[in-house]
Parts: sequence; C-alpha cells; structure tokens
Amino acid sequence: MSTHGDDEKGGVSRRGFLGGVAGFIGVTAVGSTAEATPVPKAEIYEASGLSKLTLQVNGRTHSLLVEPRWTLLYVLRDRLGLTGTKPGCERGECGACTVLFDGVTRYSCMTLALEAEGHEITTIEGIMAGEALGPVQQSFADEDAFQCGYCTPGQIVAVEGLLRQNASPSIDEVREGVSGNLCRCGAYGHIFKAAMRAAAMKQVS
Amino acid sequence: MMGSFSYVRAGSVKQAVAALAHDGARLHAGGTDLLGCLRDRVFDAGSVVSISGIEELGGIAALSGGSVRIGALATLAEIASHPLIRERYPVLAEAAASAASPQLRNQGTIGGNLCQRPRCWYFRGDFICTRKGGSLCYAFDGENRYHCIFGGDGCYIVHPSDAAPALVALDAQVSIAGPGGSRTIAVEDLHILPKQDIRRETSLEAGEIVTEIVVPPPRAGLRSTYRKVRERGSWDFALVSVAIAAVVAAGKVSAARVVLGGVAPKPWRSIAAEAALIGHAIDESAAMRAAAGAVEGAQPLAQNAYKVPLLRGALEEAVMSLARP
Ligand code: FES
Ligand code: FES
Repeated sequence: MSTHGDDEKGGVSRRGFLGGVAGFIGVTAVGSTAEATPVPKAEIYEASGLSKLTLQVNGRTHSLLVEPRWTLLYVLRDRLGLTGTKPGCERGECGACTVLFDGVTRYSCMTLALEAEGHEITTIEGIMAGEALGPVQQSFADEDAFQCGYCTPGQIVAVEGLLRQNASPSIDEVREGVSGNLCRCGAYGHIFKAAMRAAAMKQVS
Repeated sequence: MMGSFSYVRAGSVKQAVAALAHDGARLHAGGTDLLGCLRDRVFDAGSVVSISGIEELGGIAALSGGSVRIGALATLAEIASHPLIRERYPVLAEAAASAASPQLRNQGTIGGNLCQRPRCWYFRGDFICTRKGGSLCYAFDGENRYHCIFGGDGCYIVHPSDAAPALVALDAQVSIAGPGGSRTIAVEDLHILPKQDIRRETSLEAGEIVTEIVVPPPRAGLRSTYRKVRERGSWDFALVSVAIAAVVAAGKVSAARVVLGGVAPKPWRSIAAEAALIGHAIDESAAMRAAAGAVEGAQPLAQNAYKVPLLRGALEEAVMSLARP
C-alpha cells in the first residue's frame, strides 16, 4: 500500500511529526507480525504539522505538504494555483467546486485532500483540448450559458462528467446531471442547451 | 474552517475498529456527512479514520441463494444504477436515485447514508440541544416545520435517509464489525428513537462500523416503490417519503411492508397501513384505507401539521403505482 513514509514495526507507517496520537501505534499493532508477509498498514497523518501528499491532477503528479483537515478544493486553488475550481458554499450545496474524481463528479469542498491520493483528479483546467477550449467549454461559450460566470467551471465539469457516463443524454437527463449545480444568475435554460450542444459536438469529433 | 485532526488511513476493518477505539475518533467513509458536521462544529474530531480505501467493503453482488450483498462503501450512485438493484428492488434504486445531488451520490456511501446525523437546524447550529447533551429541544417551541410527527420525545428530528426506509421495507440485514467481533441485525433494528437514547440515532456501539447490507431474495410477485415529496425539485431531503414492498399473489396482497421517511426520528414502519393492504387487491379503497392507517396517531408540532395530509397523499399515490406489476 504505502510507498512512502517510514515503515515502523507494528504495521504502522507514520508521516509528519510525532504528535498527540502516539497511542495509535500500540493499537494498530494488533494483528501484525514480524514475518516477511506484508501486512496492510494503517497510515497515520499527524494533526499538527504537514504531511507529504502525492496528487494526480490533470495528468500531472504533484508532491506537496498538507494538513489532514485541508480540503481538495483548498489544495487545488491555494497550493496548486488551479483557481478555475470555485469556492461557493463550501458545504456541498452549490456545485461551484465540482471536479472529476476518477472521471466521476464530486464536490471538492467535501473531499479531504488526503482522500484524493491515488485517484485521478480532473479540474476545469484539465478539460481543455490542448490550447483550445474543450467541446463542453466551447458549447458554453457558443450558447452564452452564463451571466456572471462564477458557477460556470462547476457546471462545465458537471456536464463533462455526465457526458462521460451518458454520451447522448435526453434533456431530462441533462437537467438531472446538473441538478447539483446552482446558478444564482439563473442561466439554466442556456446551460441545458449548451450541454445538449456539447453532446452533439463530442459525437461528431 | 474545520478544527484540526489527525488522519488515519485504515487498510482493513480490523485497523479501523482499533483506531476508532480512541477518544474523539470519527469514521470517514464517503466523508460528505462527516465534513459537514466538522465544518459546522456539530462535533470536533481528534482523529478521522478513513475506510474509503478498504476494497472488501465495496461492491454490489448477488449471493448464492438469491440475496444481494451491498458493501458498506457502495455509493448511492452505484446502487441507483446497478442492474440487479433496479431489476429486483425498484424501491431501493428509486430511493438511492432520489437522494441528494449527483455529486453527493457519487461520493456518499450506503453505510454513511444509514449512519448520517440528523439535519435539524438546531442540531447543526450553535445550539446545545438535547441530542448534544443539553436540556432543551429548541425545535419543540421553535422552527419545526421539517420536524417529526411520530416518535418525538425530548427531540423531534426526522431520519434524513432515503435508502433506510427502502431497506427496512425490503427487510434487509446489516452487518456490523466492532471491538467485540461481528454481528448482523435487521436494518429495521439499526435506528433507534430518542426515548431509547437521545444522543444517537443508531444502535451502533462505540467503535462499531457497518460493513455490509444483505437484501433477501425478492419473493415471487414482489412489487416495490419509493415516493418522495420534497420542497425543491432538483434535490432536497424528504418532507415525507413512502417505501412500500408488497407481494401480490392471485390479485391480492399477501405480504406488505410500508415504511415512512421524513416523519419520525427513524424509518417509521406503519403496521396499520400494512394491515390495510394485506388480503386486498390494490385499488383506490385499499390505498385510502392504508393512507388513513398511516397517519393514525400522528402528533404534529406547531408548524408541521401539513405533513399529515401530505403523507396521506404520498401513500395513496405510492400504493396506486403498484396496482400493475
Ligand atoms: S463550494 Fe462545494 S458545493 Fe458549494
Ligand atoms: S452565471 Fe452567475 S452564477 Fe451562474
């Protein structure tokens, strides 16, 4: 499992500083043996201090130091500079922070950064077609599917996620697919149209 | 901002149970409810014990004998779209599909859905209510339009899960691992009322975790459905919901389980509604009698009397939707 960190006896690998959770060692040791057979390890990240995390974002590998309480949203924006992903409610209700997690939509505000280790994260920056806009992005531009634009990255990623699961959705499936994304400007009609156009565009290309 | 906590990535159920033995340890499956609670400071965590990487806790598969095993980490999205569930247990597929938003269904697990904390705004807010160890239920004399009409006693929450009423209707079993070993109980016995213990919503003991759910084989003639009424069409918790699993043989209901959501601190089985159906054909008069039975004994608070007729209507509709296979 763990490929980094210091493996210690007792089937526990620890990262960061020794902190107030030293008691875990004795507990997690239960069931482990000194045999050569690898025992799965409970990895512990200390509350105080920073621990090493490796993230796969938009096809790139990033190594960084994180606190366990940091969300994926915070890390993407404030540590990796990927500010396309927006903070809205930061409580799982608006969808502005939507990313793809192994190709499936998720709220990055409700995901601990540590939970993303070993998974492929795709943000709005990662769905460009090289230097050009990706089909969903282009469709949103073509259909004027926004006013202020704040919800737009989340809407686009939600549509991208939907189309990866269902390449030719009905209008009701589109409505359902973006139902976890609020638009305070009420651009919904255009957003639905953009999603339908994106589906058509993707099928042509 | 959440308070700081250490993070334990458990590689096995055993490790998770051991790590949960520590004061202030909190279980993390999908994390959606946990992060919400931590952010609202409903409680703090000394450590967060994540089981999200434990493979054996995932998956949906048929068992020999015809039951279906749903791992605790199966997401609501997986349950809603799984062919086995859709084919055999429409009530469960519909309930899972009606919960939360696409993003939350992709992340939220069935184990977490059953164990999620209540949505009462006093509980989630800065109020030391009875459920948090205080002496007052602020909802009782306060803003209570989303609170319970059955089973309240010192606390008037409703159980927020959509999947739970469906699983109780299907008479599913839940397996639990803990410091004392493993045990299996009916999902019906998982949730408890405030009068049993006002501080928790399930019968899980400290350090116990849900590991899997087993839904029994569908009986011949099983018809099932989930009807949810919510304030906001796009996504919302249930104002009221109805889960029905009925076996129809030779034109008559031979067995039925009717379980109500959004109206009580736990999934609320209505024996009166079941009795009104059993032995009868599914028609309007049976539906009306079942609906009348379901609201018997309701004790609305100042602002939620609307739930009584709403529940009647939802139940009538749910029953009538089963008139044809
Ligand atoms: S910021 Fe994540 S859902 Fe609103
Ligand atoms: S375009 Fe302004 S919030 Fe959607």
